[in-house]
Amino acid sequence: MTSAEETNPANNSKRDFLKWVLSGGLVAFAASVLYPILAYLKPPEQGEVEVSSVKVGKLADIPKDSGQIVKFGSKPVILLRTAAGELRAFSATCTHLDCTVQYRKDFGVIWCACHNGKYDLNGHNISGPPPRPLNEYKVILQGEEVFVSKNT
Amino acid sequence: MNAYLKRFYDWIDERVQLEDLVHFLGKKYVPIHRHSVWYYFGGVSLFLFIIQVVTGILLLLYYKSGEALAFESIQFIMSKVQFGWLIRSIHSWTANLFILTAMIHMFSVYFEKSYRKPREITWLTGMLMFFLALGFGFSGYLLPWNELAFFATKVGTDIAGVVPVIGKPIMIFLRGGQEVTGATLSRFFGFHVAVLPGIFTVLLGIHLILIQRQGMSEPLVEKDATEVPQKTMPFFPNFLLRDMLLWLIVLNLLAILAVFFPWELGKKADAFAPAPAGIKPEWYFLFMFQTLKYIPGKLLVFDGEVFGIMLFSVAGILWTMVPFWDTKSSRGEQNRFISYIGIFVIFYIMVLTILGWIS
Repeated sequence: MTSAEETNPANNSKRDFLKWVLSGGLVAFAASVLYPILAYLKPPEQGEVEVSSVKVGKLADIPKDSGQIVKFGSKPVILLRTAAGELRAFSATCTHLDCTVQYRKDFGVIWCACHNGKYDLNGHNISGPPPRPLNEYKVILQGEEVFVSKNT
Repeated sequence: MNAYLKRFYDWIDERVQLEDLVHFLGKKYVPIHRHSVWYYFGGVSLFLFIIQVVTGILLLLYYKSGEALAFESIQFIMSKVQFGWLIRSIHSWTANLFILTAMIHMFSVYFEKSYRKPREITWLTGMLMFFLALGFGFSGYLLPWNELAFFATKVGTDIAGVVPVIGKPIMIFLRGGQEVTGATLSRFFGFHVAVLPGIFTVLLGIHLILIQRQGMSEPLVEKDATEVPQKTMPFFPNFLLRDMLLWLIVLNLLAILAVFFPWELGKKADAFAPAPAGIKPEWYFLFMFQTLKYIPGKLLVFDGEVFGIMLFSVAGILWTMVPFWDTKSSRGEQNRFISYIGIFVIFYIMVLTILGWIS
């Protein structure tokens, strides 16, 4: 390229224009290739069945001073029956790092094995790393049948 | 027979000119000094990686991914397939040994400051392979779809999720949804057998080519005695034979471990069972896991977990970038500060791992 061409402003603007068109086209092309790949990697929202209440079983089958995990849609819920016979239900997903909690008869607490988090029988975090209490669920008695439902 | 071999060699040589390669091999030397023993750990790591590829492919012939099939297919491998127990145990043991030898290799390179100019790229590819090895470990751990793996994956991916802004999308990307489900298993399977091996092989290629191109690094101390002729050993066959002998010993060790300490399968994962008591991550994640336990729930403005993750990320990045900020070693000077950091890191990892193990 001679210096005359370089200094010619008309030539330079043509060159700039082409540069922009080509690099813009290249970016657009890369985006149109990458976009479908990135979108593909994002898992689709699964239409979850909205569960508002589940039947657990007969009251007589739930021993006093015990805890059991109940399937609430795709989420685990812990159903407690205290030594006094009172029924309570909480989300069984530890508020710390997502593990599933269990009832510890020996300590009388709800316990998470992963990082030794403890909740009292009202679902309040009392020791260990959990930052928040467990969400409460409603327990409904219809005759002899026990139901757990969303606390709304 | 020899005549046939010779003719075969000549046939190849005529087409691809082998003499350069033969000449190169003949001139390859390994320096001998009091730290020479550390040269073997890279080779052992390579050997263990090869075992992982072979046994991994073998497992792939029977393994079935998916919530309903994964656990059962490993049970099938362990109980019905001839020597299935052996192949699976060797794969699991080798995975752990591989992380260990790669760690030893990394620390020896670190303490010898062999990452210094001109070997920065070798160090970088090595570090990236080490992180990939951890990824191999984490993803492979889930594939049997047992209780321990299920909760380990829940916790591990949830930790990624607490990072501000980018955490949640990363968690969903890793899990293939909001929760750890069969979708997570499919993803981890894909990472473990396709994505990670692909990237790893490229990095390994660069790593090995660089070592051939630049030769073995020599310790800084030995360089002071420039007048004394450096003692060396021909790579081919002297060093290679020593390498192979060690590989044979390692293979025997693996066989002993696999036979006498077969890898447990545990109980099948159940999303509606509580986390089992005594649950712990793999030993190489234990020091981080234990650190998270000591960080309070709230530190300054951060959640404890976020703080811990940022701490380890910064430490990991600084460690990986050591060739670029340790300019003293690159100038050929001693840098004791680097050694002290390394000693501190080893001490920290060991103490926290032991604490995690006994607690």
